[in-house]
Amino acid sequence: MEMDAGLWALEERKDSITVKGKHKKQLKCDTDSVAGCVSQRACVYCGARVVLNPITDAVHLVHGPIGCASYTWDIRGSLSSGSELYRNSFSTDLQEEDVIFGGEKKLARAINDLVEKCNPKLVFVYSTCIVGVIGDDLEAVCKAAAKKHDIEVIPVQSSGFIGNKAAGYRAACDALTRLIAPQKSVKMFRNRSINYLGDFNLAGEAWIIKNYIKQMGIDINVTFTGDSNYEALKKAPQASLNIIQCAGSMSYLAQKMQEQYEIPYIRVSFLGIEDTSESLRRIAEAFNDKEITRRTEKLIKNEIEKVRPTIEGYREKLSGSKAAVYVGGGFKAISLIKQFREIGIEVVMIGTQTGRQDEYDTINTLVDDGTVVLDDANPTELERFMVQKGANLLVGGVKERPLAYKLGVAFVDHNHDRKHPLSGFTGAVNFAREVYSTVCSPVWKFVQQGRQSL
Amino acid sequence: MLNFTPKELQERKSGGMINPAKTCQPIGAMYAALGIHRCLPHSHGSQGCCSYHRMHLTRHFRDPVMASTSSFTEGASVFGGGANLKTSIKNVFAIYDPDIMAIHTTCLTETIGDDIPAYLGTAEIPEGKIVIHCNTPSYVGSHITGFSNMTKGMVTYLSEASTETKKEQVNLIPGFVNPGDMREIKRLVKVMGINFIMFPDTSGVVDSPMTGKFEMYPKGGTTIGELKDTGNSRLTLALGSFASTDASLALERKCKVPAKIMKTPIGVKATDEFLMALRNGFVKEIPYELEEERGQLVDIMTDTHYHFHGKKVAVFGDPDIVIGLTEFVLSLGMIPVHVLTGTPGNAFEKELRAMLLEAGIKGNVKASGDLFEFHQWIKNETVDLIIGNTYGKYIARAEDIPLVRVGFPILDRSVHSYMPIVGYKGAMRLIEMISGALLDKQDRDAADEDFELVM
Ligand code: SF4
Ligand code: SF4
Repeated sequence: MEMDAGLWALEERKDSITVKGKHKKQLKCDTDSVAGCVSQRACVYCGARVVLNPITDAVHLVHGPIGCASYTWDIRGSLSSGSELYRNSFSTDLQEEDVIFGGEKKLARAINDLVEKCNPKLVFVYSTCIVGVIGDDLEAVCKAAAKKHDIEVIPVQSSGFIGNKAAGYRAACDALTRLIAPQKSVKMFRNRSINYLGDFNLAGEAWIIKNYIKQMGIDINVTFTGDSNYEALKKAPQASLNIIQCAGSMSYLAQKMQEQYEIPYIRVSFLGIEDTSESLRRIAEAFNDKEITRRTEKLIKNEIEKVRPTIEGYREKLSGSKAAVYVGGGFKAISLIKQFREIGIEVVMIGTQTGRQDEYDTINTLVDDGTVVLDDANPTELERFMVQKGANLLVGGVKERPLAYKLGVAFVDHNHDRKHPLSGFTGAVNFAREVYSTVCSPVWKFVQQGRQSL
Repeated sequence: MLNFTPKELQERKSGGMINPAKTCQPIGAMYAALGIHRCLPHSHGSQGCCSYHRMHLTRHFRDPVMASTSSFTEGASVFGGGANLKTSIKNVFAIYDPDIMAIHTTCLTETIGDDIPAYLGTAEIPEGKIVIHCNTPSYVGSHITGFSNMTKGMVTYLSEASTETKKEQVNLIPGFVNPGDMREIKRLVKVMGINFIMFPDTSGVVDSPMTGKFEMYPKGGTTIGELKDTGNSRLTLALGSFASTDASLALERKCKVPAKIMKTPIGVKATDEFLMALRNGFVKEIPYELEEERGQLVDIMTDTHYHFHGKKVAVFGDPDIVIGLTEFVLSLGMIPVHVLTGTPGNAFEKELRAMLLEAGIKGNVKASGDLFEFHQWIKNETVDLIIGNTYGKYIARAEDIPLVRVGFPILDRSVHSYMPIVGYKGAMRLIEMISGALLDKQDRDAADEDFELVM
């Protein structure tokens, strides 16, 4: 159905929604949310925490009132093969007197306590909104604590109101840049390995990719930040190539590493068969080594042979379904469009929280005419377009799940709550299975029946 | 392993929290506001807080949770949030069209000293629409305090004493409980044949049925008319002193409705007291239906008491719930050796110490505690059972102790929010959960020769 996306929406939101083939103008993105919106967006702290949290042996201390720490206690399904320290929640739990007189002393004491209890090599101290306002000098407290305990204590400047989640990614990258900087006395040797940026090892995804790369004859030096730890991250400057998957969160770090350590980087995506194969080939190309290329082709061939029949099977069952996508970053959105195509599903609505202009441009070239593209959507908008476009599946995060269900629409979590790894060839099968098991679940029949019999 | 907690109790000098047993005020205020019919809760602060609160509530209730935010930027935090709030009010009514908007603050807006009433005085509020507010600084109290503050806000803004004589109706303030509990409390009062107004009432809002349509404002919630009418009731029963006292006292002051502050009706004793308060307040007989339920509960307790007797239990969670649960497990013959809440409050410690003293039990009791300390207690004196929210699962796993999930939040199991723990029926359910957990473990661990069919 033809429709004018601007008709009902709020004036200020008009520029953030376009319909492919209908609007000539560019989508407005990367702006602040409108005051009074039911925005789905998160804050700077959230962005920073998401990126750094998977560092397993660090103390992640939230300097602020209790809430910010409570809500981020072990909510990301990042897996660890070592320490589980990161799965605890540490907060300075600021009280009224701290807000009035400043929280620096309390922060220093909290670090002392934690060093005594957990004996970490690395402490991240996150600043929250209120810390930005009361003006605690995080930098100074962290420096003093680092000296006192002879460990690394890194402040993360993540006061929530200075931007959105993307600003948090940057704050996290700044912290990482500091962390990996070698001391002058240490000499770094380059080796034939790669750093894998932007995989948080949700449901063990980084392990799958690590295994592929290994089969190609290359080592992963360290993953940023899934299943990483202090020692491993310190060696980051030794790698000869950086590959970035979640570009939204990691491009900035990749650029910094190129400037400082002359490590080149390439963008990759391991969502779907097409993007996974293509990414592995590009990694092989970067090494320009016959043996690596041979191994890579063999790996791709074997893996595709293994998964193709299963995926074909799902494709038959799913063909003709329509999906709506609402995810965090633009890069993921792009991969999802392709991946849906692989299983015979058309994307009819697509939006992101933090997508950038160039990403929206790519999205626009990929989707069919009539597809609604939107930035920082609110639930009302999501609902409208899902209903309007007849989507029978929504891909999103925690807050979108019940919304989809209430509409009688299937749902796949492509965020922290994912239950199976969705990366690589294995992930492509998992994804198809997950889509199938929700789209073709018998429960939707009861929703339909309910509607008719009442 | 997830078991890094050392056994040795060391004094912590910072007052910081490790693995908290509470969260911040605004989420409580948001939850309370959802209990008003056609209300949009509004978070005055940065968008991040609002996003977290909605996410957390959504994970617990598995229902959409709607709330808007003032979306602070750096400018607002320097110059004050007046402009953001006014724009928000305009936009909220223009786009989402609620009947009422319930504003709560966040740490940020409290710290910069935003004066909400002053802003409201000059804001454009559409004809026939209502805006209420409460202050919820998270560096004071906990989510329970926030719930209490928003409930009180409903009274301050809306309750009116408009009739000459008080009506034959009771106000029920349920406290921070699940919609399943609210439904059960209402059912008890209905069976008693007494008219009532429950506020806030999230039943029908966060446990709304599947219709195939998304309703921004589901059917449930206390209406504005009802909220106004609370000023005409003969009596207020405030269930749970931490979550409900302030609103009931405000109503007493404002509209001369006498307030009776009681425990959350968990277990036989507290449910008895609740029904007695209704009976005495309205000169009604307790109908047979409820007598029968009580009789059934006591029958179950006698049938199963030997499963529970002498078993040690550790209870944590929100203060009103923990007080009720502790009283109940005592009545089953269990020994609550560790009792903790994250919410600050000396009253909590006083009440529980008295309870344990009366039962002749020496146990740990603490308010403003965290789960790190709770775990240490358990390491030093182990228990047969833990009762608390989802966060207890780390300790349960590390120590191989069964966990019965009760309270907020429960993020890893479903259906809980539909089922009551209050009233006689709720007590039956608790017994089922507790004995199920204890006996499942016994079955699992039994040697072949001890494995029994009949238990
Ligand atoms: S800053 Fe926001 S999330 Fe953090 S404690 Fe305050 S209100 Fe809660
Ligand atoms: S206070 Fe700031 S940092 Fe904390 S959750 Fe809210 S917006 Fe994010």
